[in-house]
Amino acid sequence: MFYREAGDFKTSYKDDNQTFPIRLDRAGYWVALAVAFLIIPFFVNDYWVNAVFAPFFIYAIAALGLNILTGYAGQVSLGTGGFMAVGAYACYKLMVAFPEVSIVFHVLIAGGITAVVGVAFGLPSLRIKGFYLAVATLASQFFLVWLFNKVPWFYNYSASGQINAPERSVLGVIVTGPNTDAWAKYLICLVFLVGLAWVARNLTRGMMGRKWMGIRDMDIAAEIIGVNPLMAKMTAFAASSFFVGVAGALFFSVYLGAAEAGESFGITKSFLILFMIIIGGLGSIFGSFAGAAFMVLMPVLLKNVLVGMMGWPTDLAAHLEFMIVGGLIVFFLIVEPHGLAQLWRLTKDKLRLWPFPH
Amino acid sequence: MTFKRVAAASVAALMVASPVMADLVFPSLSYRTGPFAAGGIPYADGFADYMTLLNERDGGVGGVKLQVPECETAYNTEKGVECYEATKGEGALAYNPLSTGITYQLIPKATADDIPLYTPGYGRTSAANGNVFSHVFNFPANYWNGASAAVNHLLDLNGGDLKGKKVILLHFNGAYGKEPIPTLTALGEKHGFEFSTIPVDYPGQEQKSQWLQIRREKPDYVLFWGWGVMNQVAVQEAANIRFPMENFIGVWWSGAEHDVEPAGAAANGYKAVAFHGVGHDYPVFDDINKYVVDAGKAAGDGSNVGTVIYNRGVYAAMMLAEAAKKAQEIHGVKDITSGQMRDGLEQLEITNARMAELGMEGFGPEFKVSCANHGGPGTAAISQWDATAGKWSLISDFGPSDMDVIQPLITADSEAYAAENKIEPQCK
Repeated sequence: MFYREAGDFKTSYKDDNQTFPIRLDRAGYWVALAVAFLIIPFFVNDYWVNAVFAPFFIYAIAALGLNILTGYAGQVSLGTGGFMAVGAYACYKLMVAFPEVSIVFHVLIAGGITAVVGVAFGLPSLRIKGFYLAVATLASQFFLVWLFNKVPWFYNYSASGQINAPERSVLGVIVTGPNTDAWAKYLICLVFLVGLAWVARNLTRGMMGRKWMGIRDMDIAAEIIGVNPLMAKMTAFAASSFFVGVAGALFFSVYLGAAEAGESFGITKSFLILFMIIIGGLGSIFGSFAGAAFMVLMPVLLKNVLVGMMGWPTDLAAHLEFMIVGGLIVFFLIVEPHGLAQLWRLTKDKLRLWPFPH
Repeated sequence: MTFKRVAAASVAALMVASPVMADLVFPSLSYRTGPFAAGGIPYADGFADYMTLLNERDGGVGGVKLQVPECETAYNTEKGVECYEATKGEGALAYNPLSTGITYQLIPKATADDIPLYTPGYGRTSAANGNVFSHVFNFPANYWNGASAAVNHLLDLNGGDLKGKKVILLHFNGAYGKEPIPTLTALGEKHGFEFSTIPVDYPGQEQKSQWLQIRREKPDYVLFWGWGVMNQVAVQEAANIRFPMENFIGVWWSGAEHDVEPAGAAANGYKAVAFHGVGHDYPVFDDINKYVVDAGKAAGDGSNVGTVIYNRGVYAAMMLAEAAKKAQEIHGVKDITSGQMRDGLEQLEITNARMAELGMEGFGPEFKVSCANHGGPGTAAISQWDATAGKWSLISDFGPSDMDVIQPLITADSEAYAAENKIEPQCK
């Protein structure tokens, strides 16, 4: 009823393989894009961008990246925060060293640098698996944060070890620094998110993604049918780190404007992003979005409801926030261990039959 | 999608529920949760209680009521940014975020929005150069004054000669803890003491390895830049390795009652730098008890009145209220804007007579802010903890700091910032 599939015939393999095979979903996708690009930028203000959209978009990029590695290729990583720091510091050094180059290139190159670092730290994955790999990536997290605190070259010898994003523009529109307009900040994050989500979707459903999933499901079987584990694992680390690096670069330059390694890219960040993909759904593009939305927007929403609407003391609200978000995580994982994405998939299946279930 | 709708509805409701603009609004970006809440709670209480006192006793400033909307940051920069954006629309006149990390975030943002930042004793030290940082004020003292005051105290103890002494800085591994390093390095070269640093990572609940290192290196003195739970742990660990407490000197953020009480008698003799008076023997606290705590209008439970960090919250609130008064005088309007508030801060003059009128005689120094100097006089004293009496007392007078060393560092750091961000000097 909700989904009217009658008459929606697929006459070619291409049609059958598309991302949104149901017409209504397809329409919803285009409407969402249209709203995001053509309507919201005209209404968005500083609060909405800085508290809602920018963090949501940037965390969604990071979650996409980690999902490629953990959800699709099955390699557990606790180094996300460290890789975000690589992206942020690379972006900072590039921004300061080449002020005349567009920030878009800086962000992409920062992603590339992070990819190289990610591959280097991914090498142990050829020998160790599962929890042991998690510990190896945990080491990368601590090493990278320590490195950015220890070597003053990375923060240009500033007194406090902070890095500050100077003002940079794209096509004449300022996108970093304090004078950024809300819509510019919104759009630059959105463009990166949509572009990278498109890349992620097409990577994961192509040959590359199939190799990753083969390695995830059973590495020996995958090797027997001709998947090169070295290539598959290294490409997964490279692609994942690229996404995470871009997220880190945007996080520092566009969203926060100033950052320090320990505070902004600590171990809590790694866990936060890991929780996002676990709650959202491992091995799902939609799950990355849902998880990021849940973990970023839920606390903001709760805070606004508890403090803003109900006028509760801020400390009580902050403590309750932890309890409510924690309770919801437990609830969702019990009801649906495969995350919000699976919940959505089931809902969709039900809606396709509703109101006439077999 | 429904989620977004609920979010939209709730934020819309928040906008409607926002206070009216006619008041003088000083948002308090506080942290009553997280590992630094031990310091965040008394500060936020002191800040809010003084503003409440002005409302109750004097009917506000110049007849306009004061408002202190609170927003919880948990010392987290992302939440700090959210709080800033959420409160600036309410007509915020000045921000006092009590976090060096958040201050660094807000310096460019607030400057662009024409809202002053008041960061007494914390934040970016080089913001004392008002020529570059037009909207940031950190009078009456900053970290580098504090570092210098500690070294001056060491000089006093050693008859003016620190040659060959070993001084270790134990510090929070973040913007706040790293601030004093350039000054201490320069002072080490000047006075010939050997200076090294040991970082403690956030949140600092575990410092066994740091204190093991201190035990191995046997420094003559340990200086300490810690905050929140880190302070209690450090004092306890120092007691555990039997480090002589009188040789252990914290900055003003590491010297409150709750930092030393958990270690009991072992903490006796621990020292901390102070930039304002300690204790509750000032008439202003009687007024706070009378008009705020006893009237049931206190922000907390009233038990913090007169503690070190609470007093600092009161002191900061007093400065902002005085600056608001000054702004009203300069511009001849009651409902000042944030830009006018900035002018008020820049022309603020605190005299001993005025301090006495406010019931805070001798609580802080006399000084005058100017366009070029947003840092105040930078005087500081040393306070010491008496575990048997259970109170802090000043063991030295408020003395000047070594501006010969500090001023060039301030100039260099602020000019680097000005060059990076293409800022024109604002003072003529």
